[in-house]
Amino acid sequence: VEDQPDFVVSLTAAMLVGLTRLISGAQARWQGCQPEMKQRIYFANHSSHLDFTLLWSALPPAIRARTRPVAARDYWQGSSLKRFLAERVFRTVLIDRAMPAAAGGALPEAGAQEGQIAKAAAAIGQIAEAMRGGDSIVLFPEGTRGRDGVIGPFKSGLYHLCRLMPGVEAVPVYLENLNRILPKGEILPVPLMGGITFGAPLTLQSGESKQGFLDRSRQALLALRNP
Amino acid sequence: MTFAGNSPLFRLVAGILAILVTASLAGWAMKLRATTAQGRSTVANFNARTKAWWVMCGIFLVAASCGRTTTIIFFALTSFLALREFITLTPTRAADHRTLFWMFAVMLPYHYVLLGLNMYGMFLIFIPVYAFLFIPIRSALQGDTQHFLQRAAVMQWGLAICVYCISYAAALLDLPIPGYEGRGAGLLLFLLLVCQLSDVFQYVWGKLLGRRKINDLSPNKTWEGLVLGGASATGIGAGLWWVTPFSPIQAAGMALVIVTMGFLGGQAMSAIKRDRVIKDYGNLIAGHGGVLDRMDSVCFAAPVFYHLTRYFFAS
Repeated sequence: VEDQPDFVVSLTAAMLVGLTRLISGAQARWQGCQPEMKQRIYFANHSSHLDFTLLWSALPPAIRARTRPVAARDYWQGSSLKRFLAERVFRTVLIDRAMPAAAGGALPEAGAQEGQIAKAAAAIGQIAEAMRGGDSIVLFPEGTRGRDGVIGPFKSGLYHLCRLMPGVEAVPVYLENLNRILPKGEILPVPLMGGITFGAPLTLQSGESKQGFLDRSRQALLALRNP
Repeated sequence: MTFAGNSPLFRLVAGILAILVTASLAGWAMKLRATTAQGRSTVANFNARTKAWWVMCGIFLVAASCGRTTTIIFFALTSFLALREFITLTPTRAADHRTLFWMFAVMLPYHYVLLGLNMYGMFLIFIPVYAFLFIPIRSALQGDTQHFLQRAAVMQWGLAICVYCISYAAALLDLPIPGYEGRGAGLLLFLLLVCQLSDVFQYVWGKLLGRRKINDLSPNKTWEGLVLGGASATGIGAGLWWVTPFSPIQAAGMALVIVTMGFLGGQAMSAIKRDRVIKDYGNLIAGHGGVLDRMDSVCFAAPVFYHLTRYFFAS
């Protein structure tokens, strides 16, 4: 993974960007903000494996080079191809999931709960650390891919990250139709038209409660649904 | 098709380019003279449309001049873009994912391969028989029965309109007409020109003299625009008889059929848009909307024009 020359990395990135654009035919709508060279937390609804690549390909190249996804370490270290994509191409911020996929998102047992909280805090710390260099981050606050285009409840990571990174704006990004292009459980995409809408940035208000902020950011995402 | 020398096709293409140059010059002159905000927006729309016509004519003429295969590929891509717009805007469910994959990855390309290989019999029945039966079967096997008939119908209809009907335009290249061998591109240009000019003239006459709205389906269409625009396009079709195997009277009759089917097809496609509460099928072509907005009249006119020509003129 580490030995692959840089041109292989940039070629792979260019191919993935081109392929995603070709399949989804999506044009970005910058509705609430402009593409700017400043540090941001992009948060989007999650329904497809194409979500991140599409969001990434919608960014201008200079901004794309400074924007990294957050993903689960246990998934992306599966094979050397996955590691190559995650570490070299996307420069993924790999975090240790509080609840591994095997647990199916079930509530942990009382004894294990503290360990989970510690893990979650460590994950947020890892993301904040990665952002020290000035890179932007792409988060999917639902934590997992939903079905049939339903936007599920947000996990608290977005709130904790915004608290650790005051002054960094959180930009809602609504991804449309990707659940039809490549739904969960399918490997072959259907080339329908996707859509990608960037909304107005949010910042954590002083004294704003966790649930209040998570509700507000989810509402901001839902509001982009029918422009 | 060949543009060599002084062939009829060469003259026709030169004519098309002359029209585009005139439209661009007119747009430039109007832009200088427009003073009101409304006038400026009308002129901007006119210029966006003209620019898009340059691109569409350019791509089509380059494809057509490279030969039969590239023309067929051009129409296959047009079908692909149209089908993508159609399915994106109509409701299907997760259970239809694999059916849709078959439609895009197998049925659409295979149908055009049949056309390319001149397998006329299979070309005629592949979609109406095999694809028609396959689509509901594949979706049923997924076990989701909600809105089942509607979902199957949407997919069948999309394939029929966007692939089967559009492909008839490309099939005109191969019509075996005695004394007209190798000149099928003339029929194709005749169809596209009459169809598109009919839309343009209906729009222009409607803007100039339109009073009485036809119905609520298409807010911009008026009886004045339809009659004058249709008559203009029929007249131009009659004047183009020399690129076709028709006499001037026959060419006028065929142009009238194309204009009529094109108008009625536009109405049917508008009915779908109104039902889905959208204005355009897409935003690929600036000023025009999507590919399907530009091709809606061709979808309905091409099969009828093809079969009438085949019935009365082919050997």
